[in-house]
Amino acid sequence: MGIEFFFLILAVFVVAFGIGVVLLNRRKSVGQPAPGRPTPPPARPPVAQSEGDTLVAEPEVDSEVDSAVEEEPPAGTLRERLAKARSTFAGAIAGVLGRSAITDESFDDLEEALLRADVGVAIADELLSGLRVKVANKEITEPSDLLDALQAEMTKRLVGSDRSLNFEPFEPGNPNVWMFVGVNGVGKTTTIGKLAKQQVDSGRSVLLAAGDTFRAAAAEQLAAWAERSDVDIVRGADGADPSSVIFDGVEKAAANKVELVMADTAGRLHTKSNLMDELGKVRRVAEKGAGTVTETLLVIDATTGQNGLTQAREFGEVTNVTGVVLTKLDGSAKGGIVFAIETELAIPVKLVGIGETIGDLIDFDPEEFVSALFER
Amino acid sequence: MFDNLSNRLEGIITKVRGKGRLTESDVDEVMKEIRTALLEADVNLTVVRSICNRIREHALGATRSKALDPGQQVVKAVNDELTRALGGETLTITYASKPPTVVLMAGLQGSGKTTNSAKLAAWFKAQGRNPMMIGADLQRPAAVEQLRTLGRQIDVPVFSDPQDPILTATKGLEEAKRLGRDVVIVDTAGRLSIDTEMMEQVRLISGAVNPDYTFLVIDAMTGQDAVQTAEAFHNTLKIDGVIMSKMDGDARGGAALSVKEVIGRPIAFASTGEKLDEFEQFHPDRMASRILGMGDMLTLIEQAEKAFTEDQAEAAATKLMEGQFTLDDFLEQMQALKKMGSLGGLMSMMPGMPKELKNAKIDDNDLKPIEAIITSMTIEERTFPAIIQGTRRARIAAGSGTTVADVNRLVKQFGEMQKMMKKMGMAGKPGKSKKGKGAKGGKGAKGGQKMPKGLPLGFDPAASGFEIPGLPGTPGMPGMPGMPGMPR
Repeated sequence: MGIEFFFLILAVFVVAFGIGVVLLNRRKSVGQPAPGRPTPPPARPPVAQSEGDTLVAEPEVDSEVDSAVEEEPPAGTLRERLAKARSTFAGAIAGVLGRSAITDESFDDLEEALLRADVGVAIADELLSGLRVKVANKEITEPSDLLDALQAEMTKRLVGSDRSLNFEPFEPGNPNVWMFVGVNGVGKTTTIGKLAKQQVDSGRSVLLAAGDTFRAAAAEQLAAWAERSDVDIVRGADGADPSSVIFDGVEKAAANKVELVMADTAGRLHTKSNLMDELGKVRRVAEKGAGTVTETLLVIDATTGQNGLTQAREFGEVTNVTGVVLTKLDGSAKGGIVFAIETELAIPVKLVGIGETIGDLIDFDPEEFVSALFER
Repeated sequence: MFDNLSNRLEGIITKVRGKGRLTESDVDEVMKEIRTALLEADVNLTVVRSICNRIREHALGATRSKALDPGQQVVKAVNDELTRALGGETLTITYASKPPTVVLMAGLQGSGKTTNSAKLAAWFKAQGRNPMMIGADLQRPAAVEQLRTLGRQIDVPVFSDPQDPILTATKGLEEAKRLGRDVVIVDTAGRLSIDTEMMEQVRLISGAVNPDYTFLVIDAMTGQDAVQTAEAFHNTLKIDGVIMSKMDGDARGGAALSVKEVIGRPIAFASTGEKLDEFEQFHPDRMASRILGMGDMLTLIEQAEKAFTEDQAEAAATKLMEGQFTLDDFLEQMQALKKMGSLGGLMSMMPGMPKELKNAKIDDNDLKPIEAIITSMTIEERTFPAIIQGTRRARIAAGSGTTVADVNRLVKQFGEMQKMMKKMGMAGKPGKSKKGKGAKGGKGAKGGQKMPKGLPLGFDPAASGFEIPGLPGTPGMPGMPGMPGMPR
């Protein structure tokens, strides 16, 4: 891309803004200040006990937390849990089975179900056009066989990938680093909290690195989880360089012969190139010391629509994503975007979140995932 | 946003343009494209269907009519329908006659309730109100701490009681009355719409504070589920408006349109960035014109207003018009510009941008060499680029880590830009008399809001007649149609 492009763009912008701002400011009554925007919010030490400007004593983080999580989860399989909200496919299934033969309407029903599950137009077309051919060739004649064929086809798209979390048995002092990335609010911190507990329970030594130095109280949130699993946490001041926080975490883990560092990062939209660059740097710096990044997990919210594919692509470009964690799958959303992510980007879904308790983060089982959609 | 849609619509225009007559199968083909485009933008399937049906009616009408250009009519039908679906008034807040005005925030986990509570509080503050926030999210670890930290940043008090969310809400409201705060924002825990227990809890909180406004916070990246969620919350709480969060991403698409269509409540606010002041009232008409590829100048200008100071902008604009714009000024403007967000994002708001520019992947990093080159120049060189010859060129190239050719090109382009600006300045002359023109400019700016509707669909940018010379592959530069206050 030539330099002239930017000139052109900038020229237009500068003109537009210059003129626009001037005119707009004139229009506004005098005295409406348009101050230059200050750089990010003042970094404050995240210490909780400043009561001067709050009205009530600081609540103990733990007391809030424990009440919410104390009761152990009713252990349920993905399928059972998802069956709670299975209305998406139920209508289509009833529609297809309700006809004595396979008609165009049968395909319409299935397409609707797929689209409503956020599978996306392209994948839905692919799935159904294959079936249309089979129906035309009389390979499939019964409505129930059509459902089975679609289920098989969908499952086929997901199986085959290695979905285990990669952990290398390095020499003591050389920790594995698992990084967690994703857009804002998908559940990175919560995922780390749950996974840390599970890893500790399975006998690994874990350290958490609070690399989200941007969102207010993100480190506190992670600290609450650290306490719950009784693991070390390394954190920096609010607004600190996340690379250095994670680097420090790795160093500390190496010194204490901790096997696994789980590194949180601030949520960021994949469109913000400066923040994406920062993430690339975090990824590089995490390996500057004794640690090796053996997993980079992209956390995606199951409610995410077609944008999920773009997210996976962009995060994959800067951090070499090795797996997806699909969260909030216990809601009414179906998370169908994973078909596009697995098909187009070949990034396997490794974990799914199906509830708020620690046990609610489970391995992704493609067959269960698909069959839950088809629950009759 | 809706880039796909705009592009596809353009494709449709080219396909049907010039056809004397549309057949029904033409319409079917067009409808398929529209449907796919809407679905890819995450518009809810039900909404897609109703929109498509209405468009189809119009379009079929067009095939029967003997109108001159049926293709244009189809496109017009699409435009009208989208504007209608998204349309409506901007929500105006009516403050309670007996303060405080209570606002309840609800939504799924991670939709951005806490952040947007603080943003909303900051917004109320900017309206001259005295807000207070209540942290009733006792579920997520450190959620209240997050709210407190944000509260400190915007200097708004936060109340919370660790025992119970409903008690927190009631006591918080009492506290607000005692302190004479006139707006109270209640942040609640994220909850799934199918979690009956948690939905009951938020209903009780709502009952306890009796909110004047209940806002549902929805992530702009949400897919088909947005509607289900909105309906469930609406059934439990009676939603008054929606806050769309994360509108600064590239997806923010169909959820907005769908929710409005299904629960019939407007999108009240949109969160457009990570900083607490990146939050604005949602203007459906602006969004509609953005979808239609007509840009969103007003929002752009409001953002510019925040990034540039008035004096700075005025000085720059004057210099620009008079052709005295130096590379130093350029650098300064460029840096201010960066504060407004990514170039790509800004680009999407510019009206009338040709496709070549819109589709160009603009990476903010590509600006770095330009910056490096300029900063490697002496002040004198920045002021009079003409003096940059042989050895200076080599020095600048070495200093900035670029090549002599790069430096050359920049200087040459800058010269051309200057010429162009000067020409425009002559043509435009937006008010030499500084204060005197204020009123007139104001009127124009106001008119700009409605302008997109008035624009002819087949609007030909080149015809508005200002061109950038020396630009390979770009068919002239568009005018800036929606440009408020630009004398025409």
